[in-house]
Amino acid sequence: MENDCSLPAGSAPCIDERQFSIMTTGKNKSRIHCADDSLAGAVSQRACVYSGARVVLNPVTDAVHLVHGPIGCASYTWDIRGSLSSDSEMFRQSFSTDLKERDVVFGGEPKLAACIDEIVEKYHPPAIFVYSTCVVGMIGDDIIAVCKEASHRHGIEVIPVESSGFISGNKIVGYRAAGDALLKLIRPKEGETVEKTRKLNYLGEYNLGGEKWLVESYLREMGIEINVAFTGDSTVADLKKAPGACLNLVQCTGSMHWVAMSLDQEYGIPYIDVNFFGAENTAESLRKIASFYGDDEIMRRTEALIEREMKKVRPVIDRYREKLTGKRAAIYVGGAFKALAIIRQLKELGMEVMFTGTQTGKQEDYEQISSIVSEGTVVIDDANPAEIEKFLLEKDVDMMAGGVKERFLAHKLGIGFVDHNHDRKDGLAGFEGAIRFAREVYATTCSPVWERVKKNPFEEVQD
Amino acid sequence: MLDCTPKEPVPSDAHTIGKINPVKTCQPVGAMYAALGIHGCLPHSHGSQGCCSYHRMALSRHFHEPAMASTSSFTEGASVFGGAANLKTAIKNVFAIYHPDIIAIHTTCLSETIGDDLPTIIKQAEIPEGRYVIHANTPSYHGSHITGFSNMCRGIVSYLAESDGNPKKERANIFPGFVNPGDMREVRRIVTEMGVPSIMYPDTTNVMDSPLLNKYEMYPGGGAKIEDIKDSGNSKMTLSLGAWSSDEAAATLQDKCNVPGVPLKIPIGVKATDDLVMAVKEGFGVEVPESLEIERGQVIDTLIDTHFQYEGKKVAVFGDPDIVIPLTEFLITMGMIPKYVITGTPGNKFEKIINQMLEEAGIEGSKVRAEGDLFELHQWIKEESVDLLIGNTHGKYIARAEDIPLVRVGFPIFDRAVQPLMPITGYRGCLRLIEMISNTLLERRDRDCKDEDYELIL
Ligand code: SF4
Ligand code: SF4
Repeated sequence: MENDCSLPAGSAPCIDERQFSIMTTGKNKSRIHCADDSLAGAVSQRACVYSGARVVLNPVTDAVHLVHGPIGCASYTWDIRGSLSSDSEMFRQSFSTDLKERDVVFGGEPKLAACIDEIVEKYHPPAIFVYSTCVVGMIGDDIIAVCKEASHRHGIEVIPVESSGFISGNKIVGYRAAGDALLKLIRPKEGETVEKTRKLNYLGEYNLGGEKWLVESYLREMGIEINVAFTGDSTVADLKKAPGACLNLVQCTGSMHWVAMSLDQEYGIPYIDVNFFGAENTAESLRKIASFYGDDEIMRRTEALIEREMKKVRPVIDRYREKLTGKRAAIYVGGAFKALAIIRQLKELGMEVMFTGTQTGKQEDYEQISSIVSEGTVVIDDANPAEIEKFLLEKDVDMMAGGVKERFLAHKLGIGFVDHNHDRKDGLAGFEGAIRFAREVYATTCSPVWERVKKNPFEEVQD
Repeated sequence: MLDCTPKEPVPSDAHTIGKINPVKTCQPVGAMYAALGIHGCLPHSHGSQGCCSYHRMALSRHFHEPAMASTSSFTEGASVFGGAANLKTAIKNVFAIYHPDIIAIHTTCLSETIGDDLPTIIKQAEIPEGRYVIHANTPSYHGSHITGFSNMCRGIVSYLAESDGNPKKERANIFPGFVNPGDMREVRRIVTEMGVPSIMYPDTTNVMDSPLLNKYEMYPGGGAKIEDIKDSGNSKMTLSLGAWSSDEAAATLQDKCNVPGVPLKIPIGVKATDDLVMAVKEGFGVEVPESLEIERGQVIDTLIDTHFQYEGKKVAVFGDPDIVIPLTEFLITMGMIPKYVITGTPGNKFEKIINQMLEEAGIEGSKVRAEGDLFELHQWIKEESVDLLIGNTHGKYIARAEDIPLVRVGFPIFDRAVQPLMPITGYRGCLRLIEMISNTLLERRDRDCKDEDYELIL
C-alpha cells in the first residue's frame, strides 16, 4: 500500500518499518499502514488464509471439513470455535489427509480422492469442504478437479476451498475463499429455483455461545424469521435456501460484506449492516431491521422488546459503571468491526480506551476507530507482543479485551483480560451479552487476586 | 450428539487413509517447545505466519503462558525464490528488536517443500558477537510433534555441546523428553536428591510455568543456560528419557563428545522411576537416599491400600509414545487392563514394546496401534467398551459419546489448568496418577450407584 504519511514519533521496541503501522490519535494526520504483510522476524499475532476460511465455514454443522495438507494444519483447527449446533456435530470432528513425504513428492491428489471416498463411505455427509493448505498450493495439487470428480462419483457436494495460506498471511483472503465456497454451494442447479420468502439471512453470525439463537429469539418476537445464518448453526440444506431471503443482515464486516454484495448482485437481496455487541448497538440494529419491513406491528413489537430489555440492562450497566469508571482498557481483536463495538461498550461502562488494534483492519476501519476514541489513544495494526506490552505498561492499562495469544501476556503484566475472540464460549451479543460482557469486564478488572498481587509481603513496600 | 463415529466396525485392520481425529500434531510445535527450554531463546518459525500462530496458540492453551516465537512471514515471493532472504532479514530483525541470546530456527512444511538450505543461510546471516543461531529441520509430513521435539534437541546438542577433552565431570545430563515443566522439575529433584549435580535441557521450568511478576519478561528466568548446554559435553553420562523424544539427541552427544547415553523411559510409574534411580545409583556410585526410599514406600503402600478400587478395570490409553509406554507399564502394576493403547506418532517399536508388556503380564485381547487416530479408537470402544480413558483433551468427545470418564494426561490439555505445574513423573507422580485415576472411578461410582450403595467410607 502506498501511503503519503508523515512519520509518527519513533518508539523503541518497534521495528522501524512498523512505525507506519502505529499511530496516536490527534498527534498527526498520518495514515496507518494495514493489510500489509507482516515483517520477517516479527512475532506476529496474525493467522493465515486457511484459518480465515476455516473459521467462516466451520459452523456448517453437517458438512465434513477435510483439510488437505500435513497433519498440523488440521490439528490446530480442530473444534476451534465455540459455535453451537442444534443438531449435527459433524463439524467438530477433525479430518486431515495427513500428507506424507511421498505425497509431497508425487502429488497428493490420489490420497485426497481416497480420503473423500472413505469419508463418504463412513459418514454419508451432504457436503464436504476440501481446504487447501500452503503445501498443497506449493506442490500444485488440482483440488478443483479432484473435488469435481468426487462430486460426480458420489452425487454430493464436494467443494474446494482455495485457502493456500502463503499467498498472504491475511485472514481476509481466507474470508474471500470461504465466501466463494459458500456462493458455490448455494447457487441453484440448472432449472431449479428457490422460492422467495419474507425471511432474512444473517451473515457473519457464527452462533458463538448461542448468539444466533439469541438474536433469533428477538427477531421472532418482532415477527421476523431467520432463513439461514452464514454460517452459525447452519446445515447444507438450509444454506441452499439462502437465495430465498428478502434481506441480508451483515454482522462481521470483515468476512461477509463481499458475500452480501454478491448476493445482492446475483439474487437481488439487499443488505444492511447490523451489530449486536452492546445494548445500544443491539437496539439500533433491531430498529433498522424492523424499519426495513416497514410494518407497524413489527415496529411496535420491536419497541416493546427494546424497552423491556433496556430496563434490565441499564441498572446492571450502571452498577458496573460505578466500579469501572476511570479504569483504563486496551483492545486487540481480529477485526475492526469488533473493535468498534467493544470501544463503545467500554465507554458505556465508563472506561477509557487507551489502546486499540486489530489484525486485519482496513484503512477505513482505522479511520473510524480513530474518530471515536479520545485523543492520545494508540491505534495499531498487527501488533507484536513487545508493542502490546509497551503500550499496556505505558498507558497503565487495567483490562484488555483480546484473543488467546494476548490473554497470558496480559495476565503476566498484572492486567485483567476478557476473551472476545471466536474461541470464547459465552455469548456476548444482544442485551444478555451486554450484561455478561459488563460482568466479565468487572470480574477481571476488579478481581480480588489483584489485591494479593499488590500486597506481596516478600517485595519491598512500594509507595 | 457428539457421537459421529459410525457404529459399523471398519473391516479389520482398515486404517484410515488420512486421519480422523488425530492423536498427533506437527513437528514445529515440538521444536518450539524444546527451544523455549533454553534460557534467553526466541524460537523462530521459518515459514508463513499462520503456522507460527497456530503453534504458539497450541502451547499457550496448554501451558496458560505466552509462547513467544518469531516467523519469517513467507509470502508468495518466498515460495518462488526461496526463503533465504526472509530468513536473513528475520535474523537481523529479531536480534535488533527482541535481543535474544539465541535464536532456534525450525522449518515448516512450506520451507521444507521449497527446500531452503538452513545451515548455509545461517552461515551467511549477520549474527551479533556472542549470540547464537541454531536450527532443526521439522517437516511435518514426517513424524509428529514428538519428532520435532527430538529434532530440536538434537539440533541443540550438535550446535552447542562441546567437550574440552578433560576427564568427565561427576555430573549427569538430563534429557527430560516432551513433558510438562512440573515433570522436569520433579526429575531434576530426584537426581539432585541423590547428590548428583545435573544439567537438564530442554528445561522449560520457570519458562512455561513462570510466576506472575507484574512485569512481562520476554525471556523468563528459567531455561537451560547456554554455557551449561555447552558444558554438557563434559558430563559423565546422559540420562536420556524417552526413546522418541531424547534418544537421538543423546546419541548425537555420545558421538560428538563421548558422553555415554543411558536410554531410559520417562519415569512414569514405579518401575520406570526405579530404573531412573538405579541408573543414577550405578552411574555415579551413590546411595539411594532414605528420602526416596520413603517416597517409594509411600507409593507402594498407597497402591496396596487402594488397589481394589481400580483393579481389573479396562482402560484405553492414547497419547505420545514416551508417555504412553511407561504409563501403560504403571497401569499394569496397578492391576488395570490396558485394553486399547494408541499413539499417533509413527514407529513400529511402539507396538512391539506395548505388546511385550501385555504379554508378560498375561493380558490378552488388547489392541495396540502406532500412528492411529481417535476414530479408530472410538470404533474399538464401540465394539467393546472400557471403564476409563486416559489421554489428552481430544478424548473428551469419546468420553461423552460413550459416557466413559477421562483422566487427562499428556499434550495437549486445553480444557483444564494447573496440570503443567504438577508432575506425573517420579514417585510423587505415581501418587498423583493413583489419585486422579481412583478418584475419577470413585466419583463415577458415587454418581451412578443406588442410594443403598452410596457409602461414606470407600
Ligand atoms: S503446514 Fe506443516 S508446519 Fe504448518 S501447521 Fe501445517 S503441518 Fe504444521
Ligand atoms: S501451512 Fe499454511 S494453511 Fe497451514 S497453518 Fe501454515 S499458514 Fe496456515
